[in-house]
Amino acid sequence: MGYQLDFGALAGYFGLFLEGLVVTLGLTAISASLGVALSIGGAAAARWGRRWARTAVLSYVELIRNTPFIVQMFFIFFGLPSLGLKLSALEAAVLAMTINLTAYTIEILRAGIEAVAKGQHEAGAALGIRPSSVFIWIVLPQALANVYPALVSQIIITMLESAVVSQIAVTDLTHVADLIQSRTYRAFETYFVITVVYLVLAVTLRRLLAWAGRRLYAGR
Amino acid sequence: MVELPLANILTYLLLGARWTLLLAAVAFAGGGIGALLLLLLRYGRPKSGGRFLHLYVELFQGTPLLLQLFLVFFGLPLLGIDVSPLLAAGVALTLYASAFLAEIWRGCVDAIPKGQWDASGALGLNFFNQMRDVILPQALRIAVAPTVGFLTQLLKATALASIVGFEELTKAGQIVSNATFQPMLVYGIVALIYFALCYPLTFCARLLERKLSQSR
Repeated sequence: MGYQLDFGALAGYFGLFLEGLVVTLGLTAISASLGVALSIGGAAAARWGRRWARTAVLSYVELIRNTPFIVQMFFIFFGLPSLGLKLSALEAAVLAMTINLTAYTIEILRAGIEAVAKGQHEAGAALGIRPSSVFIWIVLPQALANVYPALVSQIIITMLESAVVSQIAVTDLTHVADLIQSRTYRAFETYFVITVVYLVLAVTLRRLLAWAGRRLYAGR
Repeated sequence: MVELPLANILTYLLLGARWTLLLAAVAFAGGGIGALLLLLLRYGRPKSGGRFLHLYVELFQGTPLLLQLFLVFFGLPLLGIDVSPLLAAGVALTLYASAFLAEIWRGCVDAIPKGQWDASGALGLNFFNQMRDVILPQALRIAVAPTVGFLTQLLKATALASIVGFEELTKAGQIVSNATFQPMLVYGIVALIYFALCYPLTFCARLLERKLSQSR
């Protein structure tokens, strides 16, 4: 075996690595917040909207869920400029991640809404509360509590999938790894370290969100 | 810039799609075998096997597939193995599919009532016969729908092989798009081809799921 693993070569790139970490976490946070917010509207439209709205939401969900993220991202980053919509790599990444995540979270929330007991709607209506208020204040909080663990899993999947945005030169963790390996010629070591970082991020994020969920939904 | 008629673009992309299908088939077959081995380990040696399965699944579901692909692509040569993009993608996707299928199938095996293990054990069947003749046939019935659903995920996952230079559908799209300067059209068609491959599977999975829940 002629090859000696050498992790020492990576030591000088700590600053660069931190920048990548910030970008990955930032992208995840923004698309997760936007995605969950948008999917509340989407799930409501799929449940109570007019027929065209229902069809539109469900078609969107199927289209996104049955195509790869990387193709969606290429379509947005390379394709949309020909419609005159020029996006920076970072904007395209946020847009692609949000569009992707929203499709999955709509599906999750729809299940959560279905699982809320019918009596909750009826009781709300019987009290004379407007349907929109019944949804926002009575049904939605219970639906979110029902599917909280599934939402957390989906957000973590999005964080891991965001590694692909390095392909349109967004300087996330994976892109930083590409840079470091091209300078040090230590490809395996670099990607190994970055993979471990993703693993730690995923485990930490899941623990953190599970803890937050326990506090948020204490007593359920 | 090259002017290409739509028919040529379509043909080129469909030729790329063949490799997408091949890669998905290889990963599914390899992943199925890998998952089966992991399950035998899990139920044959409940303590250490269970821990190993848990660790394996955590590792592959907790890291980006892209980096798994890079580690195989740059790691195998260190072991003195010459890797083609197809081999690297095949190995990485097999390891990835093993983790997901093992996790899905474990859930199905766990759903089999414990009495089935006890009864077959009491009849004097050894572990392999218990698995082969009693547990797995029953687990198979509930495993079909989620397994077909996972196939969609696997088909989409093969798109990442384009990044290590394997010329499947996404890579073919990049090449055509770079040649024709029509990214909107080309990636639109690429997306539609993926949709045409994945949607029937999604649809089948949903149908099977409904059938199963009705037969209960």
